[in-house]
Amino acid sequence: MKVVAAMSGGVDSAVAAARAVEAGHDVTGVHLALSRNPASYRSGARGCCTIEDSNDARRAADVIGIPFYVWDLSDRFHEDVVEDFMDEYAAGRTPNPCLRCNEKIKFAAVLDRALALGFDAVATGHYARLRTGADGLIEMHRATDHGKDQSYVLGVLDQDQLRHSLFPLGDTAKPDVRREAEARGLLVAGKPDSHDICFVADGDNAGWLREKLGDRAPNHGGDIVDVTTGETVGRHEGTYGFTIGQRRGLRLGVPAADGKPRFVLDIEPVSGTVTVGPRERLAVGHVSGIRPRWCGTVPQRVDGTVQLRAHGAEHRATVVVDGDRVEIDLHEPAEGIAPGQAAVIYDGTRVVGSATIEATRPVEVVTA
Amino acid sequence: MSERIVYLDHAATTPMLPVAVEAMTRQLSGVGNASSLHASGRGARRVVEESRETIAGVIGARPGDVVFTSGGTESDNLALKGIFWARRAEDPRRTRILSSSIEHHAVLDPLHWLAETDGAEVELLPVSGQGVLDVEALRESVSRDPASVALISVMWANNEVGSLQPIDEVVAIAGEHGIPVHTDAVQAVGQVPVDFAGSGVDALTFTGHKVGGPYGVGALVVRRDLAVSALVHGGGQERDIRSGTLDVPAIAGLAAAVEASVKDQHEHAVRVAALRDDLVRRVVEVVPDAHLHGTPCGPLRLPGNAHLGFPGCEGDSLLMLLDARGIECSTGSACSAGVPQPSHVLLAMGCTDDQARHSLRFTLGHSTTPADVDALVEAIGPVVERARAARGL
Repeated sequence: MKVVAAMSGGVDSAVAAARAVEAGHDVTGVHLALSRNPASYRSGARGCCTIEDSNDARRAADVIGIPFYVWDLSDRFHEDVVEDFMDEYAAGRTPNPCLRCNEKIKFAAVLDRALALGFDAVATGHYARLRTGADGLIEMHRATDHGKDQSYVLGVLDQDQLRHSLFPLGDTAKPDVRREAEARGLLVAGKPDSHDICFVADGDNAGWLREKLGDRAPNHGGDIVDVTTGETVGRHEGTYGFTIGQRRGLRLGVPAADGKPRFVLDIEPVSGTVTVGPRERLAVGHVSGIRPRWCGTVPQRVDGTVQLRAHGAEHRATVVVDGDRVEIDLHEPAEGIAPGQAAVIYDGTRVVGSATIEATRPVEVVTA
Repeated sequence: MSERIVYLDHAATTPMLPVAVEAMTRQLSGVGNASSLHASGRGARRVVEESRETIAGVIGARPGDVVFTSGGTESDNLALKGIFWARRAEDPRRTRILSSSIEHHAVLDPLHWLAETDGAEVELLPVSGQGVLDVEALRESVSRDPASVALISVMWANNEVGSLQPIDEVVAIAGEHGIPVHTDAVQAVGQVPVDFAGSGVDALTFTGHKVGGPYGVGALVVRRDLAVSALVHGGGQERDIRSGTLDVPAIAGLAAAVEASVKDQHEHAVRVAALRDDLVRRVVEVVPDAHLHGTPCGPLRLPGNAHLGFPGCEGDSLLMLLDARGIECSTGSACSAGVPQPSHVLLAMGCTDDQARHSLRFTLGHSTTPADVDALVEAIGPVVERARAARGL
């Protein structure tokens, strides 16, 4: 096959590209330029959007012996990922831009362009496994290395996208990938893993949002209200600084009546009210999802597990699909579930699909 | 993938001429610092001075006008900063630098730097839709306050769209007020007749690797009586305006290449222009809405330049698809991250962002053959079709 290997400049995508070559594919390395102004995205070794990373990707392509190009997707990335990120925070939700990037950029804009230009597939360094199921459909499974598994951020891919995807690292543990990179003479072998959000230069999400959102409604300041007493216990500068389940940085002026630590329970973007309360009030029993994306056949009901945030735990759940809505009953309560995040639905290790969390209900309501 | 490489990017760099390789390699195993006083030093110095005389001879300058540098970018920096500083030191009113909006970044970036950090007032004058300096705009700008103009810098020929610039008229306007003129002639030497003294410019940039010479060496030809402040201080080489031990082998290679390409210029231009005309005609036959940017093929255009717009395509898709077929060209502009930005030259010519992005530059040179043109004509149809499909998404 003719394959585009998306090369971030990191070790994973470099080894993935090398493996695609070894598997006999005709591979072209492509680095995605996602920032309009490369210097504005995170610099140093951790980023995925800097000139340095572009150069690292180029050197890896040289070593592997494949052609290399930079594709400018900065406009698409800004519209589909960065703007969405800001809109979601402005609406009091907590988005996951990596999922969004996979859905709209890597396996959409890049894949579509690759197919139009005569390629057959896109290979990335994501940790997930693909295999053909009994029904002939491509199944996506969690990676062998569960610590590195990235099937969560790929849960938005549909069958068409999966058919044109290659994840050469899905059956390998990260330390082995590093060793392999070294053995192949790839200089990125020792490069630290990327973390955080690539377009937030210093990892300070709240600071970035404060600057970018500015006075954009409804991100005015507001009250912090304690759910148990209904009293205002503090003020804040903007709801974007908060995520459901957050404990740090609340700066409450009044100690809680029951003496227990306070967590963010709810964010009301219009009034700007942030509700806090004790940990037990974080427990969620039911999750409602919208905008479902299915990897294969659309299910009616799944008795399996869901993952509700990146690197989060698996929760046993019963999932009922009703058109564009997904209702998820958690068998045990989960904490810190934020609207805007993705609920990825699994049957064993297989990804069934995903939905964007629209609302949650506390555990009491479910058991009542 | 095709075995043979079809190299149509001579404006980026040219293959070295055998005569330049020979001249350079002959010096590589020798020893001698051209500043040393002993026999080896004198030998090295002799090579440098003979090279200087050779270059001066073919370019219409006196040997003392030729200052060796590391290439075009350094020569442009030296001319702009060095002349600006010296002129302003003579008369503090001289704060303006006039240039064109289609200069190479080796000119634009030093100008921006001077404006940002050193109080220079830089005016980038407009160009026509064909990429030719608006002489009346220059005249108007000069006459507004001639005493405040430190320097005028206008390229001899544009590197992207191949348009020759009205250097004669620039010199005439500047001459009325005694304003020095610098020209970046990196793309012109060896392609069109370039006579330093005859042109009346005061400083002229050229570089080795665009004329079949080595990389990393070039010269600023600058009238001896024009004061130029140094950028690099040290041993006082090159009239004390460009210190540093001279690169004897590179200078020997440069001289051989300049001599050969200038002596061969007319024959070369006739041959290459015929190939270029054939390329443009046949590409437009295959892709009827493809169109030439810049001045028409003829005496006002570099002979080897074909800058074509392909509506509905991304230039970088076209480049990649041609590259996969062994055909090498350029989108006309490069960026450090490898992301093609819409060309400032095309934007200055009035192209939209979109038009600026759908263009390719093919530049023919001494290694180009009719078979190269055939290969491009054969490939371009399917490549444009595919790039259009990718763009239509």
